[in-house]
Amino acid sequence: MTTTVDTTAGPRPTATAGAVELKAVTKWYGNVVAVNDISMTLGPGVTGLLGPNGAGKTTVLHMMAGFLPPSRGEVLVGGSPAWRNPSVYSGLGIVVEREAVHGFLSGWDFVLASAKLHKLPDPEAAARRAVTLVDMVEPMNRRMDTYSKGMRQRMRVAAALVHDPSVLLLDEPFNGMDPRQRIHMMELLHAMGDAGRTVLFSSHILEEVEQLSGIVQVIVAGRLAASGDFRTIRRLMTHRPHVFTIQSSDDRRLAVALIGKESVAAVEVDTNAGLTVKASDYGTFTRELPKIALAEKIRVQRLVPADESLESVFSYLVGGV
Amino acid sequence: MFNPTIARITLRGLIGRRRFLLLLPLPALMIGLAVLCEGLNVQASDWVPPVVAALGLAVVLPILALVIGAGVLGSEIDDGTVAHIIAKPISRAEIILSKLVVAFALTAVTTGVPLGLVGLIAGEPQLALGLVVGAVLGSAVYSAAFMALSVVSRQPVLIGLAYVLVWESTLTNLLTGARVLSIYQYVLSVVDRIDDSSLVTANVSLPVSLAMAFIFTAGFTLLAIDRLRSFAVVGETS
Repeated sequence: MTTTVDTTAGPRPTATAGAVELKAVTKWYGNVVAVNDISMTLGPGVTGLLGPNGAGKTTVLHMMAGFLPPSRGEVLVGGSPAWRNPSVYSGLGIVVEREAVHGFLSGWDFVLASAKLHKLPDPEAAARRAVTLVDMVEPMNRRMDTYSKGMRQRMRVAAALVHDPSVLLLDEPFNGMDPRQRIHMMELLHAMGDAGRTVLFSSHILEEVEQLSGIVQVIVAGRLAASGDFRTIRRLMTHRPHVFTIQSSDDRRLAVALIGKESVAAVEVDTNAGLTVKASDYGTFTRELPKIALAEKIRVQRLVPADESLESVFSYLVGGV
Repeated sequence: MFNPTIARITLRGLIGRRRFLLLLPLPALMIGLAVLCEGLNVQASDWVPPVVAALGLAVVLPILALVIGAGVLGSEIDDGTVAHIIAKPISRAEIILSKLVVAFALTAVTTGVPLGLVGLIAGEPQLALGLVVGAVLGSAVYSAAFMALSVVSRQPVLIGLAYVLVWESTLTNLLTGARVLSIYQYVLSVVDRIDDSSLVTANVSLPVSLAMAFIFTAGFTLLAIDRLRSFAVVGETS
């Protein structure tokens, strides 16, 4: 119980290095291990929690949010355990993945109720600031069940940061957002991170976090598989080996031209299915292919990446970092 | 300990749901039967016990309390909106007590008013008063019990129905000793004490009934608070 209500000023960020700490945390449901011996420390700035579906991201976030007890280990927020400790919420905001809201409330009522439940000294001002921050002033008086998925998501973010928390946790916040909304949300998260707050969001789609500048924690099958600077990981993504199937006007001649390139590791010709090309470098290969086709006057009819599954990308990252 | 914001959202959520309309036919049926019997000049001693005790107190009161009590928190647990309430720095006791007040008040009004009316239709003001007081007491005990049930189990309505229909209505008739664990009997005791017409008869003594009603209400409230403290919010995929 470290926080008391401050009536002289609005809520303030009190983040220090290590605002959220996981110490050898394991979580199991029955005999299924969802999270396996994860330790991590989150400090100010934006951190991405990445991993394929079912990797345990939500379980990790919910333990940080005090929604689940760890089966073993310790989860600390601002130095205190998150479980069975409602006082952590005065410095913590969470946006869960499940997008349920009280649909009968207007967006404004929803955010204002959140401000009142946080017992803020001036709930109206705090709610107005939060709604403005997520750019939802214009539709704020409509009932929430009339909102689109992206609008509802932004109102939920507004409700989660109405008390200006020092730690903000978001589970798949970019779900259902169009690219423009995604960029806006990422900018908002970065602004909060730059202001000294600890922001953690999860995502299972690598492409949607392209604007991230910061640290990522990669979880695969309940384990912390990799952590580090996102740029390194992004470089590995674009340079990863990749398999494509190609159909063209002249598969055999294209195969001859391709095998001479350094970015191509192997080519297999199948008279029915076309070419199977193993590129050693995804980025260079996709840039070179159109040039080769143009030079050889071959028409490429189909180009399909054969192993685009997230699992293959993540397992490559895990092996490569 | 009472949070008006939680109470307001809870009330709007309850009244806004279509399920709330289910509350109307039962009291209406009870009043309709009473009016019909009076209109046909049936003796009060012939129609009051079945309509008031067997229908009103044994079915209408607990079923309305169940729909409301299991709904104030249970519906938010079902649809996931409970996450918005519990991720706030407010004590779990404040959440439970605020919702309990809403459940209690709504049940007391929706059962006390029609039961009192039936007493008046029977021409027994004392019985009407007894029924109102009984409904208020029963609303408190049932609300606490069914609300706790909604935190402990994902099937509060099913278990609540089993309690009302199997335990209170059937088993306590066969095993008379079990009556001391029946909320219905506590309500009967209160009504019987206030009413001077002896149209309703109690089976459990008033002091025992009041003591048990208090223990039930306090116990279930504390249970709900404790279980909400340890309430686990799992993701959709878990």
